[in-house]
Amino acid sequence: MTSSGGAVVDVQGLVKHFPGERGWLGLGRPRAVVRAVDDVSFTIAAGQTLGLVGESGCGKSTVGRTILRLIEPDAGRVAIDGVNVLTLGGRELRALRRRMQIVFQDPYGSLNPRLTVRQTLAEPLAIHHLAAGPDAERRIVALLEEVGLDRGFAQSYAHELSGGQRQRVGIARALSVEPQFLVLDEPVSALDVSVQAQVLNLLADLQRRRRLTYLFIAHDLAVVKHVADHVAVMYLGKLVERAPAALLYTAPRHPYTTSLLSAVPVPDPKAQRPRIVLTGDVPSPAHPPPGCPFHPRCPHPKKDARCRTEPPALREVAPGQFAACHYAEEPL
Amino acid sequence: MTEPLLRVRDLRTYFVTEHGSGTARAVDGVSFDLYAGETLGLVGESGCGKTVTSLSVLRLIPEPPGHIRPGSFIEFAGRNLLTLAPRELRAIRGNQIAMIFQEPMTSLNPVFTVGYQIAEAAIVHQRLSRRAARARAIEMLKLVGIPDPTQRVDHYPHQMSGGMRQRVMIAMALVCHPKVLIADEPTTALDVTIQAQILELLERLQAELGMAVMLITHDLGVVAGSADRVVVMYAGQVVEQAPTPELFARPLHPYTEGLLASVPRLDAPPARARGRLHGIPGQVPAATDWPGGCRFHPRCPYAWDRCRDEEPPLLDASTGEPGTHTVRCWLLTEPQRRTARPLP
Repeated sequence: MTSSGGAVVDVQGLVKHFPGERGWLGLGRPRAVVRAVDDVSFTIAAGQTLGLVGESGCGKSTVGRTILRLIEPDAGRVAIDGVNVLTLGGRELRALRRRMQIVFQDPYGSLNPRLTVRQTLAEPLAIHHLAAGPDAERRIVALLEEVGLDRGFAQSYAHELSGGQRQRVGIARALSVEPQFLVLDEPVSALDVSVQAQVLNLLADLQRRRRLTYLFIAHDLAVVKHVADHVAVMYLGKLVERAPAALLYTAPRHPYTTSLLSAVPVPDPKAQRPRIVLTGDVPSPAHPPPGCPFHPRCPHPKKDARCRTEPPALREVAPGQFAACHYAEEPL
Repeated sequence: MTEPLLRVRDLRTYFVTEHGSGTARAVDGVSFDLYAGETLGLVGESGCGKTVTSLSVLRLIPEPPGHIRPGSFIEFAGRNLLTLAPRELRAIRGNQIAMIFQEPMTSLNPVFTVGYQIAEAAIVHQRLSRRAARARAIEMLKLVGIPDPTQRVDHYPHQMSGGMRQRVMIAMALVCHPKVLIADEPTTALDVTIQAQILELLERLQAELGMAVMLITHDLGVVAGSADRVVVMYAGQVVEQAPTPELFARPLHPYTEGLLASVPRLDAPPARARGRLHGIPGQVPAATDWPGGCRFHPRCPYAWDRCRDEEPPLLDASTGEPGTHTVRCWLLTEPQRRTARPLP
């Protein structure tokens, strides 16, 4: 039991391009490079939560995985409390992995069906030489208790658990090595709302108790509003807006953020707002449009030739609020 | 009120479980009406029976392991769909009652063009010629807002995005101008900006074609924005049923109340936005083993002896016309027991 308190997570210029695969049997023409993550930067203060939102294929999960080096990034710098994750070798990296863990979306696919809950939780303790024997047993019981599971579940296999219980096991597994920083990749999107609320409350309690730093990746803006201190919005591999949550939700500056917010259905028939319905689909990240990547779908009335040719930089448009739009001063 | 278009009474759809040892009572005595031109939201969490209800209406339940119990009754245009001969049923299915599913990829056939799949129902039900069918498919693609319909008609499903496939599904369902459209989680697999497009499209088509829509969803936000009336299901039963504004303003069943309290809200005031969500303790029980008494009592913060012993019927709680707001809860007989909700 060492580390207490969250870590500062600093990500600068993160890039991950996936090579275009050759078509049929490797004989076809190589396809275009997929720019999954294209120059993404942000900082998360110790004990705080950054919500990373965007639609399918925007690159948000790849950001989470490259930070932990589950996928090797092509460029950039990722520092956890000042230690650069990207330059570490095997042994040092393994030591650092104790401090950063991930919880996956699919509680069905991310637990080994052949292991009991006890074995699932004992494995990281053994790998990191943290505990064995009765000591490990004590820690497993304490972990189960901390995530709100009865100790009887230690004997269970994943298929005997409900979705919510599996997600609790996934969280317990991440916590077993006493991390300071958790990447939560859509941790509640596979759960029913009543169970989702339980798991969100659990994550909030754990963060407070252990002072954890969270990168909370999600597509649901209402869920993110509930958990995040800061929010970053991603589109086609780039951050288009980054701001303190209160600012982003009340005064978004990027037209994509505004459109996303307006598209979220609100469970109140009296509060129905005008929806901005974006036309078309998200373009392929292998062929991002020139200029501003959002311009083909952008509903901003000022949209002009500049948007089609000149990519807008992510710049500070209000204290602490960054937006990548030429017309961020005149939000929708 | 006018006569309902579709009348479901005491529907019971059971399944024999894999080991043959038990019976899953997936839908267990469900009754509701669907009126012409309205949107009825059918809401509940996984395993509540909402999808099985909708599949039962079209008799798409695989038998075995499933079967619809005698005594169930689904009336459409004056006839009981459950006793129709297969031939008569086929004349209705896909023609007067159509359905769209959650997964547009698995519901489309990968080896046929979308044009053929859209026109198939019209070829079968209206005996259109090949040429007329193709023209109809193009017209339908145009109707659901797909660009370049004359080219798209010859494309295969894998050449389209998720949102476009869902539009194709809708075009397929609407090709015969059905009176009833059953939409089972039509936007759940889609991103929020595409979801907005599809919901908008369904609203527009409903207004243009005047059909009734049964919208099955777990998303209370989608229901609030789209449905005229809502049926809330829990453990194979209807637990509350009301006009949409009434249900959201005055949820009476503790399950409905809990569901609404569980949803993180975009419209929450900033001060409350980071507060604790209420949630509902525990989880949905198994369909082979519904709890006795009120099926929600093990998770209910107000439950007392009667709830454990006696199953409540649907009680009338309407403030306006009788029967418009019904609730399956004993609290209606003893409202003083609805005390401040304890924190879970």
